[in-house]
Amino acid sequence: MQRVQAVAWKEIQVYFSSPMAYIVGMIFLALTGFFFVRDFGNPFPEASLSSFYQGATIIMILLAPALTMRLLAEERKLGTVELLLTAPVRDWEVVAGKYLASLVFLMAMVALTGYYVLLLFIFASPDPGPIYAGYLGLFLYGAAALAVGMLTSSLTNNQIVAAVVAMGILLVLYFSDFAAAAVTGLPATIIGEMSIKTHFDDFGLGVIDTKHIVYFVCVTAVFLFITVRALEARRWR
Amino acid sequence: MSNNGSPMIEVKGLTHFYGPRPAIEDVNFEVQRGEILGFLGPNGAGKTTTMRIITGFMPPTQGKVTVAGFDVVEQALEARRRVGYLPETVPLYTEMTVTSYLKYMGTLRGVPSRKLKVRIGEVIDLCRLGDYRRTIIGKLSKGFRQRVGVAQAILHDPEVLVLDEPTIGIDPIQVVETRRLIQDLGKEQTVVLSSHILPEVSMLCQRVLIIHQGHIVAEDTPQRLAQNLQGVERIEVEVRGPAAEVAAALRRINGVTDVQPPTGRNRNLFIVQARHGLDLRDEISRVVISQGWGLLSMRMSTMSLEEIFLKLTTREES
Ligand SMILES: Nc1ncnc2c1ncn2[C@@H]1O[C@H](COP(=O)(O)OP(=O)(O)OP(=O)(O)O)[C@@H](O)[C@H]1O
Ligand SMILES: [Mg+2]
Repeated sequence: MQRVQAVAWKEIQVYFSSPMAYIVGMIFLALTGFFFVRDFGNPFPEASLSSFYQGATIIMILLAPALTMRLLAEERKLGTVELLLTAPVRDWEVVAGKYLASLVFLMAMVALTGYYVLLLFIFASPDPGPIYAGYLGLFLYGAAALAVGMLTSSLTNNQIVAAVVAMGILLVLYFSDFAAAAVTGLPATIIGEMSIKTHFDDFGLGVIDTKHIVYFVCVTAVFLFITVRALEARRWR
Repeated sequence: MSNNGSPMIEVKGLTHFYGPRPAIEDVNFEVQRGEILGFLGPNGAGKTTTMRIITGFMPPTQGKVTVAGFDVVEQALEARRRVGYLPETVPLYTEMTVTSYLKYMGTLRGVPSRKLKVRIGEVIDLCRLGDYRRTIIGKLSKGFRQRVGVAQAILHDPEVLVLDEPTIGIDPIQVVETRRLIQDLGKEQTVVLSSHILPEVSMLCQRVLIIHQGHIVAEDTPQRLAQNLQGVERIEVEVRGPAAEVAAALRRINGVTDVQPPTGRNRNLFIVQARHGLDLRDEISRVVISQGWGLLSMRMSTMSLEEIFLKLTTREES
């Protein structure tokens, strides 16, 4: 545990001292802010975050890979992976530490949007249920997106390639419910169930369904597991 | 921990393929506790490959390595705890300061946090980094980065130090300093270092392995190597027959100076050394066949030791 902590702490320090992470954070806040106020021009605006959640899920597809792309690809590029993987640290501890660091930064970023919640409660009386559920959903969704980014970062030395491939995977997962509409029967069900968007939507409506929680936890676990195996496999080359 | 009698590093039948061709093939050697072993070979010989396997960076395609009795693949963490490693390219996190980098590496290596601070002070003194504690590593010169690399390698006071070309790319004054440091470390620790400069290895090491195209072609003290290397022909003969008798028969051949009986995985491989300029292949085949043993193969070394030796003693290529 001490080693997971050491890896995580080092990466957190890098996040909070690198311009890249701040740029990512600022873009996230600016865009989600835009989505937050978008519907306020309506004659009967709704005091809710549903528009914000809509926007956040799409923005996350672009930003989560930007946060994770460095984590493993850069180690390989710089060659520091040689010292990291010859230290008495297990491969999963390396992955866990780096993943936790990205999760901490993401949570810090999402926490700043609490400002919108505060505004809503001050100037209106929103229904709190969907807000809390939505944040839980956003956290689970972000955790899964980061896990996808971890995997692609472990597969290449090129950070840009890592980010673009992760975005691709996330987009496919996001829009697979559209693809599901094109087919029928069992394939439609399977493809539809793969969609991260479908699983997120209920949270935004204030519904906390175990099925969806299990989905996001599984996606996260599967991608992190493959990341560890990929790291092991790349030792052979 | 192993007892004092057994070797600190044991390498058996090590073979590694990157692609279809082996980078090293059937490499066998041992390093005793407290010994400084030099690993000498021209570019592409397989030095880095062997070191990466010893340090547990990558598992070998075949063969087995133990460090202090621990298998580097099966008991990876136990083995790695005992190894300090300076990779050839000295990879460092360029955005960190020297102290924060050493702190991170120390924690990863399991140095207890209450001892770490003192220990970092010690290695900074040893590697003369005192004026650069708070400097960002990316701003250090090559020679100072090398020192940071050495500092992280000795940080956890490892029983085994693996140094891949520790003096390459630094100025002559720092080369002397680095060599002195290695000599000091070698008094208590087991050191394996690689180089493609024979004089350097002779200066530092009690024993030298010469590796060429993935094979160990010679192993001796630096002094004896220098004497013996010149004027020797080397023939590899594969004979199926009783090893002791075969060796004895080969030794009796006129002109043969030394016969090495089979040591590695190949139970039939004898290495015959003969006086310079002699081609004894006809004579060897006659002797083997007349005894009724099976002559499986025979070849003169692709590059004679003399040529390798010449390559290693010239300093120009570095
Ligand atoms: N990652 C790799 N992928 C493919 N081939 C490799 C790789 N690393 C090394 N090789 C090949 O393996 C052989 C041995 O290389 P190695 O790096 O072990 O040599 P070396 O003795 O360290 O040489 P040098 O003195 O140049 O550092 C070379 O032919 C090299 O081309
Ligand atoms: Mg090398």
